[in-house]
Amino acid sequence: MSTTEEKHWLVRPKTIRGLWVGGIAMLIMLVLADFFIHPHPYFGIDGSFGFYSWYGLITCVAMVIFAKALGIFLKRKDTYYDDE
Amino acid sequence: MTMNDFPPALVLLLGACLLPLVGKNIRPVLILGLPLVTLGLVWNLPDGSFANLSMFSYQLNFIHSDSLSRLFATVFAIMTFAGGLFALKQKSDMELVAVFAYAGSAIGAVFAGDLISLFIFWEIMAVASTMVVLSVGSKICNQVSMRYFQVHMLGGSLLLVGILMHIHATGSTAFTVMEPNSLGTILILMGFLINVAAPPLSAWLSDAYSEASFSGTVFLSAFTTKTAVYVLLRGFPGTEILIFIGVFMIFYGIIYALLENDMRRILAYSIVNQVGFMVTGIGIGTEMAMNGVAAHAFAHIIYKALLLMSAGSVLYMTGKRKCTDLGGLFQSMPITTICGIIGALAISSFPFTSGFISKSMISQSAADAELAVVWFFLLAASAGVFLHAGIKFPWFVFFQKDSGLRPPDPPWNMKLAMIFFSALCIGIGVWPETLYSKLPYPVTYIPYTVTHVVNMLQLLMFSGFAFFIMLPLMRRTLTITLDFDWLYRRAFPVVLQNTFSAIWKADHAIRQVFLRKFNQSLSFLSRRYQGPSRLLSRTYPAGSMVMWVAVILAIYLLLSFVH
Repeated sequence: MSTTEEKHWLVRPKTIRGLWVGGIAMLIMLVLADFFIHPHPYFGIDGSFGFYSWYGLITCVAMVIFAKALGIFLKRKDTYYDDE
Repeated sequence: MTMNDFPPALVLLLGACLLPLVGKNIRPVLILGLPLVTLGLVWNLPDGSFANLSMFSYQLNFIHSDSLSRLFATVFAIMTFAGGLFALKQKSDMELVAVFAYAGSAIGAVFAGDLISLFIFWEIMAVASTMVVLSVGSKICNQVSMRYFQVHMLGGSLLLVGILMHIHATGSTAFTVMEPNSLGTILILMGFLINVAAPPLSAWLSDAYSEASFSGTVFLSAFTTKTAVYVLLRGFPGTEILIFIGVFMIFYGIIYALLENDMRRILAYSIVNQVGFMVTGIGIGTEMAMNGVAAHAFAHIIYKALLLMSAGSVLYMTGKRKCTDLGGLFQSMPITTICGIIGALAISSFPFTSGFISKSMISQSAADAELAVVWFFLLAASAGVFLHAGIKFPWFVFFQKDSGLRPPDPPWNMKLAMIFFSALCIGIGVWPETLYSKLPYPVTYIPYTVTHVVNMLQLLMFSGFAFFIMLPLMRRTLTITLDFDWLYRRAFPVVLQNTFSAIWKADHAIRQVFLRKFNQSLSFLSRRYQGPSRLLSRTYPAGSMVMWVAVILAIYLLLSFVH
């Protein structure tokens, strides 16, 4: 892409800022939606306020960190098997 | 012999034989027409057993038709049609022939009513799928296909021995529900589990599926693992160990996909993840779980093929496969991007996609069976799917940084195949009743309640939020992650090599010692007995030799008289 050509509208800083603001507003609304729905929990805790929100966030962060930690031991250069 | 006695599998198997013989104009007709003929035959089959055959006093039953076998055969035929459309411009005849034999034998395995015919189709599948990888023709693919083949031959051998023991023990060849309580049935279960990519032999999947051609992988993703899911559903429902294996597969798939840089390896690991949901469901084994597994397999084949089609299109147009080389493709490949995103939403079970109405049945069955730990694991895994496949794949391939690549969308046939499968992903999600009515048990489950939709959106959106705040940790590197195949690609060869070189060294040393001793004794003897008129250097007159020859001949003569 030449420098004079304008960037695609989706990757302009202004759009990206807008997406972040919109995204976070949506997250807040989704959490608040718990006030309006009737939870039918199977095991108790899953009916508490905001359960699906924090559970999704925390488990995902945990999985990324676990993967990262495992990577320390198991990652190799992608030419590792090239001499076969 | 009626029309029902014609095995639908034969259409594609015979088609595989015909394909290399016909001209360029007829080939597309066969590629697109034969799967539709198969579909027609499958839909026309009533419940029951057909195509029975007696061979060496064993009963073979090539068509065991019920709602479950027809459901799997249906999605296999649809898959062959759409995959054929996608692969229409594939230049390799060998791949197309292999693919048709592969799809045909998968349908054959699904309809098999006895263990012997199941084994026959199982092995044709193994050979045909190896040929799909081999048809690429590169040195890497030769090596990969041999590794793939060896794993499946091991699985096939376990299965064969298990089947023979089982038939010997029960006297029946019928393929019915089994308990893994005898050596025979345990071996059968192990044979099935190898094809479902259960640990520890799971790496064959990501190893082979990332090396096949742009179209080959689309087919590979559909048949082997899902046929294995089908036979587990039929043979081992409610086997508790499957819950543990399934949950392991779910998280193994997520973690490895998170670490992966090759776009098709990301999707390959996510197959293991999705099949893990199905294996868990089979382990739970209630009617709700079985329905969920069947529905999820159906939905999964379509959205996974769609994802691999969009990855295949990128590979076809750019020749690149690593996330580190890709990015920003949405600008020039809008259709591929949108179809890829639809597949990604479906695999993440986003509301109004096929994954939402199928996977939630498996979670529900865990809750109904009061398996709290399993349920919490499945929920975390649902969030994890969005993380590793739902966002990671489209983000790194189509968005991320600008790689500067501006390839156009792929040719019309590939676009059409992707649009067709995108429509199915959404169609099944919006009108789940169509799929629900084809499931083995009556469905009372209602996927669309406000609570369920909102909860799922909360889970997924916060998973997505986690992805973007953790983005610095997810930066792609030029790395691979060691998997179970390290054992047979590195550890065993190195151990064996070192063992043998140690043995050879020892052997060499022993020979050397022996030779030295031997030489020493020879030279000792020669020193001792050589020299004028010693034992080894005495001279004998020629006459004495002649005399001894005469004596020997005389003894000979004498012996001949004695005889």
